[in-house]
Amino acid sequence: MHTTTGLDHRKLLMWLFLGSDCMFFGSLIGTYMAYRGRSLSGPLPSEVFDIPYTSVSAFVLLMSSLTMVLALAAIQAGDQRRLRIWLITTALLGMSFLGGQFYEFNYFVHEGLGLSTNLFGSSFFVLTGFHGTHVAIGVLWLLYLTAASRFGRLNAEQALYVEIAGLYWHFVDIVWIVIFTLVYLLP
Amino acid sequence: MVTTLPRPGVAAPAGPPAAAPAVETPPAYRGFTSWLTTVDHKRIGLLYGTTAFIFFLIGGLEALAIRMQLSSPDNTFVSPQVYNELFTMHGTTMIFLVVMPLSVALFNYIVPLQIGARDVAFPRLNAFSYWTFLFGSIFLMSSMFVDGLPDAGWYGYAPLTTRQFSPDTRIDFWALTLQVLGVASMAGAFNFLVTIINMRCPGMSLMRMPLFTWNTFVVSFLIVLAFPAITVALILLTFDRLVGTTFYYAPAGGDPLLWQHLFWIFGHPEVYILILPAFGVVSEVLPVFARKPLFGYPFVVYATVGIGFIGFGVWAHHMFTTGLGPIANSFFAASTMLIAIPTGVKILNWIATLWGGSIRFTTASMFSIALVSQFTIGGLSGVMHSVVPVDLHHNDSYFVVAHFHYVLFGGAIFGLFSGLYFWWPKMTGRLLNETLGRWHFWLWFVGFNTTFGVMHFLGVDGMARRTWTYSAYQGWGMWNMIATVGAFMMAVGTLVFLYNAIRSLRHGEVAGEDPWDGATLEWTIPSPPPVYNFAVEPTVRSRDPFWLLKRRPQAVEAEDDTARISILGKNVAVAEVEEEHPTEERVEERVATGDIHLPNPSFFPMITALGLTLAAAGLVYGIPLSVVGLVYLLVGIGGWCLEPTG
Ligand SMILES: [Cu+2]
Repeated sequence: MHTTTGLDHRKLLMWLFLGSDCMFFGSLIGTYMAYRGRSLSGPLPSEVFDIPYTSVSAFVLLMSSLTMVLALAAIQAGDQRRLRIWLITTALLGMSFLGGQFYEFNYFVHEGLGLSTNLFGSSFFVLTGFHGTHVAIGVLWLLYLTAASRFGRLNAEQALYVEIAGLYWHFVDIVWIVIFTLVYLLP
Repeated sequence: MVTTLPRPGVAAPAGPPAAAPAVETPPAYRGFTSWLTTVDHKRIGLLYGTTAFIFFLIGGLEALAIRMQLSSPDNTFVSPQVYNELFTMHGTTMIFLVVMPLSVALFNYIVPLQIGARDVAFPRLNAFSYWTFLFGSIFLMSSMFVDGLPDAGWYGYAPLTTRQFSPDTRIDFWALTLQVLGVASMAGAFNFLVTIINMRCPGMSLMRMPLFTWNTFVVSFLIVLAFPAITVALILLTFDRLVGTTFYYAPAGGDPLLWQHLFWIFGHPEVYILILPAFGVVSEVLPVFARKPLFGYPFVVYATVGIGFIGFGVWAHHMFTTGLGPIANSFFAASTMLIAIPTGVKILNWIATLWGGSIRFTTASMFSIALVSQFTIGGLSGVMHSVVPVDLHHNDSYFVVAHFHYVLFGGAIFGLFSGLYFWWPKMTGRLLNETLGRWHFWLWFVGFNTTFGVMHFLGVDGMARRTWTYSAYQGWGMWNMIATVGAFMMAVGTLVFLYNAIRSLRHGEVAGEDPWDGATLEWTIPSPPPVYNFAVEPTVRSRDPFWLLKRRPQAVEAEDDTARISILGKNVAVAEVEEEHPTEERVEERVATGDIHLPNPSFFPMITALGLTLAAAGLVYGIPLSVVGLVYLLVGIGGWCLEPTG
């Protein structure tokens, strides 16, 4: 008779939170899609998007999922040094993505597309801004874990903490793949 | 042939083996400060319940003021502006500050007891949920000292809520408060989900779970999946108002209907968030007072889950008049008719539970029976609205006001008060007076039907909701006067309850562990329960585990090797008699050795909640306050992560 899932409470909480966050991004993406092509004035997506540039930053974020997996493998193997290397690498890849987004936003503003310029600007910046915020929270979390490992407060039995952070990180990645496809690639 | 369970005190055997001896409350759980730092689910439940009841009185006074204004034609009891504020605050208060937190109060107090757990999965998250709710509510009320209370209705339709039509801060207060309250609700809901999924005692499979817990489970899923939609709707509104985007501003290409879609994608699941807890209460109360297990338990469970699923696919029935087109209208009309079926299944099961039972009429059971009848009326007028042409006629009239008060007052409030009368002795150790309880019940029942029954006529006769007054020649004066008289009857009933509750705390009859011959685990422990709930983790072997336990000795006496409980000639439960149960000595030993783990009290949930609310409040009171809020937030979260959890 199963009266518990056997999953740690915190891990289960993260899964449930991610389910809820799906609805959050679903609503934001839905808003963007509903307003696609309904801007009354420019600049329009085709005038500002640089697909190759954003593809590179999407690839960077995708790679960070790989390094996150390697970080988890390291702590499970009890290798603290390797754990820190991969956590830092993941955080750096996340920061490169954020840097890329910052540069992109700047470029758009320079091209005359602000948050309240038109519906495209509003829905684009709110959607990608909230995704970027998620990435930023993830980066802070990874840095916190790195510090915890450095000061000996993250031993192999606490691999769960890295696993939970990993769940969040992969989710944020997947959301970006959806955003990239629907916002940038869809003609 | 009808076999009913024995009456308590007549054939029911003495207390359960797992009952704990009285032990002293640990120092960390005594005194005023301990209420600020408490992480005990029972105390958080009491805090939630008391706060929600105070808001119930405030929301009730707002309703009385509305009824005073409408009691006669061309009345000027309040100004049109104040009238707008009254109906906005009445709706917002009753939904977000009364029915939801009152439900959460019962979830908090009862669910861990029903599943045989010592606490919830995340005690501090639970405390955070309460404080966020309290501070968020205070923030909302503080708007009256700035520009005034919100005045755009509880559903805050754009474009009325945009800067162009609501230029002052009222709507900012409203939007930011709902955002903060959403965090509180979601924190609580995540907690109940993990608790119910992971912390049921041995033997309590999902299909043995008491129905109140089942309804908590489904409601929590609805909260975590529906609230993000309103979160986004409110974010877009706040951006429109504070930054100047044009999501809801039609002249710049925005679409006010987007608000309605996002709001009702949240809003319809929300009506089930409001009513399912009451359905859970009824499903517990009726079997106990009919002395008969719930009829068709699996059907009720599947109906509850079904309502949860279909509830996400009916939202546009609130938007039939917006011109969505025949295909969308037909789809949402059909899905709305469909969702009436699982609800009807439940009504049928409750009636069948009463059928052939040996019914005890107590205030608790009368409120539950009243729910079944009154909710059916509200449910039927709801099905009427699924028919698009009928809805086009009723939309925005008093018929709709009548409909949702039959569902929310005749349904949710009657159900929650049934639960209050039912579990009050468990929470306080004393019974509420039954004579006063009857006065309360009948004043409410008659007053309620007087007030809202006549609104059906008024609505079909064309009286529009949210209007400040009407002319004498429209002929609505008499009906409105009747409705106002009913409202005052309900107010008197509320005062009777208030007196009963205060009186009971000191002079109420001592309840004992199990005053109603309860079926579920919460009745196996003392009233009020000790901080650790269960000295020994219970094991259950059937639905209605306590009924089974109480009837075991009879089977032993009859030298039957199995204890059978049969109702209406059908075995409902069988248990092995030889199974070992914890003895008194073992329980005492555990308590004496301090074997029972209790979570440490903590200030950090409150600090985090304060930080969150101040950070939001700064958007109207000035950014420095947000900065202070963020500092509190960081201190709170940091302390939360680093403090030892005991
Ligand atoms: Cu609805």
